[in-house]
Amino acid sequence: MVRAEVGDRRILSRSAFPELFHALTEAGYQVIGPTVRDGAIVYDRLRSVADLPEGWTDRQGAGQYRLERRNDAALFGYTVGPASWKKFLFPARERLWTATKEEGGFSVRAEPVEGPPLAFFGMRACELAALGVTDRVFQGGPVADPGYSARRARVLRIAVQCGQSGGTCFCVSMGTGPGVRAGADLVLTEILTHGPHRFLLEVASEAGAAVVGRIPSALAAAGAEDTERAEAIVAATAASMGRTMPTEGLPELLRGNLAHPRWEDVARRCLSCTNCTMVCPTCFCSSHEEVPDLDGRTVERWRHWDSCFNLAFTELHGQSVRKSGLSRYRQWLTHKLGTWHEQFGTSGCVGCGRCITWCPVGIDLTAEVAAIRATPGAVTPKAGGKT
Amino acid sequence: MPTPPRPKLAVWKFASCDGCQLSVLDCEDELLALADKVEIANFREASSAVIDGPYDLSLVEGSVTTPEDERRIKEVRAQSRVLVTIGACATAGGIQGLRNFADVDEYRRVVYAHPEYIQTLATSTPIADHVPVDFELRGCPISKAQLLELISAYLGGRAPNLPNESVCIECKRRGNVCVVVAKGTPCLGPVTQAGCGAICPSFHRGCYGCFGPQGSPNVPSMLRHLHDLGMAPPAVQRVFRTFNPLAPAFKSASEAATSDEER
Ligand code: SF4
Ligand code: SF4
Ligand code: SF4
Repeated sequence: MVRAEVGDRRILSRSAFPELFHALTEAGYQVIGPTVRDGAIVYDRLRSVADLPEGWTDRQGAGQYRLERRNDAALFGYTVGPASWKKFLFPARERLWTATKEEGGFSVRAEPVEGPPLAFFGMRACELAALGVTDRVFQGGPVADPGYSARRARVLRIAVQCGQSGGTCFCVSMGTGPGVRAGADLVLTEILTHGPHRFLLEVASEAGAAVVGRIPSALAAAGAEDTERAEAIVAATAASMGRTMPTEGLPELLRGNLAHPRWEDVARRCLSCTNCTMVCPTCFCSSHEEVPDLDGRTVERWRHWDSCFNLAFTELHGQSVRKSGLSRYRQWLTHKLGTWHEQFGTSGCVGCGRCITWCPVGIDLTAEVAAIRATPGAVTPKAGGKT
Repeated sequence: MPTPPRPKLAVWKFASCDGCQLSVLDCEDELLALADKVEIANFREASSAVIDGPYDLSLVEGSVTTPEDERRIKEVRAQSRVLVTIGACATAGGIQGLRNFADVDEYRRVVYAHPEYIQTLATSTPIADHVPVDFELRGCPISKAQLLELISAYLGGRAPNLPNESVCIECKRRGNVCVVVAKGTPCLGPVTQAGCGAICPSFHRGCYGCFGPQGSPNVPSMLRHLHDLGMAPPAVQRVFRTFNPLAPAFKSASEAATSDEER
């Protein structure tokens, strides 16, 4: 094994690319990454580089997603799909513990969190930022979530700097991408022009160095022109964002406009279907459910993804606190972009655009915010904090 | 110590296809455990042995479509401590609820050789239109998991956990790719209540709404959305009238679908 150092930059040719994959599996990682399924690029277990969406791209708009063929063989020539990495750390349904009735009492057995270390292969800059947000949510408080923390400790992050932006992306506005600044173990930039298909590989952590150290012969020295090429790719992506959302004074803007007529307008369109919150990489709400067996001897406690768009989510004493669709959409947006700052010291939005693309009726938070910004202080007649 | 008497369970059939009762029978393994806990006192689909009422828990399948049904449901209610409707027919009129929007005499003439022998009402109505109902299990047919949850809740003396959220949330928890956004396939998931586990989208089809409306359906937005997807008003009307025609939100959707044409 040859030592690789944090900060090293190397060139990995397309033909040697599978060696990086082998290095991961040999190091004991289960590789999770993008792959084509049911008309979209999703994150799933990869068996080899052949499972990557080679030559595919996606076209995204509000409420629209289509896969299309590229006219090259890019491995990462698309942006983010419907599912984020969150499901591997915070599963959609998870048994937390099982309690069993016993003589004179009961015993509780916590669910063990097992599984191999995971390599998240192909994380985008916005997704690294989202991971930073969920780390704060699940681990930043006085009590860390045990399941999340156990899984999170085993994750290796192999990032890809985006070579193109999607129709609903706005990471530039949120300051999260498209260039990778922090939070990765390895950073790849796919270079398709000015020479053979290749990748600039940057070593960003000791864990990343340990993987790269397994494949010294697959790597060539990177020249200044390679680094410049990678920077140019990121700059071109940054210049072609599908959406923008100025963030200046955003929490104050929202707080000062709780009775703005735009909330009624969006409530007329919003289906309260929860899709936006399900696809959002930072939405973390859940509900717990006790599932007893028929004879009442054992009971299992399950946690599943829930959403502020559900009526029952705010049910207290048989009544929902947020009855109207208006109050639920407003709760979501003012939390995500506003009160999240107070709660977690960061915006809840990383600008990935998923909630725009995967909303069946194409509701676009950047447009909602723009409408409020255009007429601040407008008030719905007789509204004012309606639930 | 004498064992306390087991609660008596009855299963009743009104106008229906028996599919929901089959879901009860489909709980084979669990039924064995159940037989220990409840006395299956009256369930003609399973056994001709009938124990007299009153019953602790009655599951009612089917809608009210005849004068005899109208009389019988009152009797069932009078004999039942807890009455639960099972399925789209009992809860929202069922497929036979189509008659509510048509001329039942004409149906009778077309379908039967001797229409004069057929005694029927002009409408197919949910059980709750006739007697008070304690809980409803949605679906065509109902979900086995929800049925077992209901019975276990009953035995445990707690409220059953029957979420009124959308099918979309189950679809996403399952990791499906949305058929609307990725393929342009119309899907009633956003306005339909969860419980099925998003079966249809899992097989790349749109949801048909068989679990009826979710807790806060936005019907006008859904109608505009289906229109934008290219669904013609008669097709929209049909899809909202298929399983739960009398659920208020779906009824208003089916009525608005055709008045859409005039707009
Ligand atoms: S709010 Fe929307 S754009 Fe922002 S992180 Fe969530 S899904 Fe992405
Ligand atoms: S904003 Fe869109 S995705 Fe979110 S609940 Fe409303 S309709 Fe569904
Ligand atoms: S396929 Fe249907 S149920 Fe699933 S998320 Fe899309 S609209 Fe909702």
